[in-house]
Amino acid sequence: MSATKPAIFNEMLNGEQVRSAYQNLEKWYRSMPAELRSLKQSEAEALFRRVGITFAVYGEGGDPERLIPFDMFPRVMTAEEWRKLDRGVRQRAAALNAFLADVYDRREIIRAGKIPEHLVTNNEAFEKAAIGFRPPRGVFSHIVGVDLVRTGPDQFYVLEDNCRTPSGVSYMLQNREIMMRMFPQLFMESRIRPVDGYAGLLKKTLASVAPQKCQGEPNIVILTPGHFNSAYYEHSFLADLMGVELVEGQDLFVEGDFVWMKTTEGPKKVDVIYRRIDDAFIDPLCFRPDSMLGVPGLMSVYRSGGVTICSAPGAGVADDKAIYTFVPEMIRFYLGEEPILENVPTWQCAKPDDCKYVLENLSELVVKEVHGSGGYGMLVGPKSDKSTIESFAAKIRKNPDNYIAQPTLALSACPTFVEEGIAPRHVDLRPYCLVGETIELVPGGLTRVALTEGSLVVNSSQGGGVKDTWVLAE
Amino acid sequence: MRLSIRHITRYRFDEPVRGIVQSQKLWPASCDNQRILSWEVTSHGGQTGAEFTDGAGDVIRLATWRGPLTELTVEVTGEVETTDLFGVLRGHRERVPPSAYLRDTRQVEADAALKALSAVALKGMEGASALDRAHALSRAVSGAIAYKPGETKPHTTASEALSGGVGVCQDHAHALISIAHVAEMPARYVTGYLQASEDGFPHEASHAWAEIWVPELGWVGFDAANECCPDERYVRLGSGYDALDAAPIRGLVQGAAPEEHLEVEVMVNAVQSGQQQQQ
Repeated sequence: MSATKPAIFNEMLNGEQVRSAYQNLEKWYRSMPAELRSLKQSEAEALFRRVGITFAVYGEGGDPERLIPFDMFPRVMTAEEWRKLDRGVRQRAAALNAFLADVYDRREIIRAGKIPEHLVTNNEAFEKAAIGFRPPRGVFSHIVGVDLVRTGPDQFYVLEDNCRTPSGVSYMLQNREIMMRMFPQLFMESRIRPVDGYAGLLKKTLASVAPQKCQGEPNIVILTPGHFNSAYYEHSFLADLMGVELVEGQDLFVEGDFVWMKTTEGPKKVDVIYRRIDDAFIDPLCFRPDSMLGVPGLMSVYRSGGVTICSAPGAGVADDKAIYTFVPEMIRFYLGEEPILENVPTWQCAKPDDCKYVLENLSELVVKEVHGSGGYGMLVGPKSDKSTIESFAAKIRKNPDNYIAQPTLALSACPTFVEEGIAPRHVDLRPYCLVGETIELVPGGLTRVALTEGSLVVNSSQGGGVKDTWVLAE
Repeated sequence: MRLSIRHITRYRFDEPVRGIVQSQKLWPASCDNQRILSWEVTSHGGQTGAEFTDGAGDVIRLATWRGPLTELTVEVTGEVETTDLFGVLRGHRERVPPSAYLRDTRQVEADAALKALSAVALKGMEGASALDRAHALSRAVSGAIAYKPGETKPHTTASEALSGGVGVCQDHAHALISIAHVAEMPARYVTGYLQASEDGFPHEASHAWAEIWVPELGWVGFDAANECCPDERYVRLGSGYDALDAAPIRGLVQGAAPEEHLEVEVMVNAVQSGQQQQQ
């Protein structure tokens, strides 16, 4: 181990010692014959194929119906570890929503000088069309996905927030379902907190933000861009679980003060739309005029209080990588609390001093595009050769505002099945926090794992896999 | 000055269409520059619906028509009492921060020529007031783009208009917004009406101009097409990032869209004091 490279935290092992949370699993693994393991692995794959859970990979060509690799070795968190994450994630979701309600209203955080105005109002995700409108209960981001990494026994960092339409929750649910089906005895031996209440909580959350004009039980729909979208499976899966309609833009229309759904029994009023379409595409009469995916006139109905859109148009301004730096400040400003979860130290290349430091230390940093996602367009300094670093440096010099940089964190590793048995692989965690009348969080989330040895990129679009995530009961 | 306005928009379709949805931004807001005495928007044969006032202070209303239909008419009539405030928009209630109007859209994005136009216009004006700089930018646009109808299209960009050297009020407004943004001055597109007069300038009664943010004064209108600031002959309708965003009517035909024919008729007249009393 070199001096500059901190030790990697192994979530199962403390030296030679197996941590108590993993003892059952370690025994389970050791008693499993190799043949049984490969049998189970192909069984898992068959189950995933049968339910149809696939994830198209952008920009890689090949099979868009490719399965996201599932690793059978669960990731475990103790009740105590979870308690901190639970409080921290809820706190963050509350602060992000308070920020959104503020920047589209009085902008007090800007007046107070805590966040530079241009970072907000000049942000691509800042929607002029959202200014001066308070959505039901003041909630803009109803599903907040917080990406967490761990570097030590008590060290968790927030890597980024996702306030628009974070995907992947169907994997959280299916991973558990499949593990329980294949290894029921594991769930008898350990007290693992269930995650299957998610769909019920999601429905409750969406119902709780129905517009005032809605009388009686709200009609909730999921608006999908269609089956060619990479997360289409998830859209239909969640619609099924909640017992709500999955619709495309062409299934809806506006008339009078409301949005209507075409049905065989005639038009039915829609009260809450959980949209899985980006802002730019939801209403061609307000945003991109060429969008065929949205509903013309939707924004007028929304702004006049006839329908609720989840997440609210404009919610993306809170999860921008340039705004991320200020989330701890938001928590202090709106909640009067100290942040429970830490941010990763971040250099903004938009600032000349930061940019200079970044360019001088590229080989040790991770550099990301401000608006990028999915692990594309990023540089992992320690894993890149000289020419890659040099060409990336040129890109930063050309458009510094577009980049931020962070230290290469020693992400924790979890035991993961490999050819020879198990080996530690780096992981992250995305819990899904629901914000409506109350803030809800199921114990768990989606653990993504970098399956390539030494790799730190866990994105499913870059060859990452997923694991079942266990939170142990008290 | 008391102005009466009649603005008729007629759409005709070669084949019957299934339905139409429109988002209408057709209501002028009352402010110190203009007092709305009467105003009526009629969507003939259509159903009006959801209505709200957006952050920029503009009323936006939904109108829908169920087909099959081959023709529709939107009629606007009203009377407005205007006051000349030398282009300064005063008393207009809005909530959008000026800095939000630094954003470039496809139609106002500056190319090298627009950047150069901005720089040349402001050369030697480093110490000048924001108002003087804004005037200089407006003059530069008036000089660079000659008024000539029929040469540009609704989707023409500022850079295309500048390279062609000709355009209509929309192109002047886009170019001015563009070069104001280059100078880091918030600027936006404004739609409205202009009373025709015989001062030697060609006028379009259905008009557009730009507003530039001048910190000491607020939003100030600049009509580069007519080389002036809006005065009592102008009625301000609504605003946006560009012509698309500010459009008085944004509409969409449901289903297959046949060939569409658009007819716009605008009459803006000064109401004589004698007529005022006849009401």
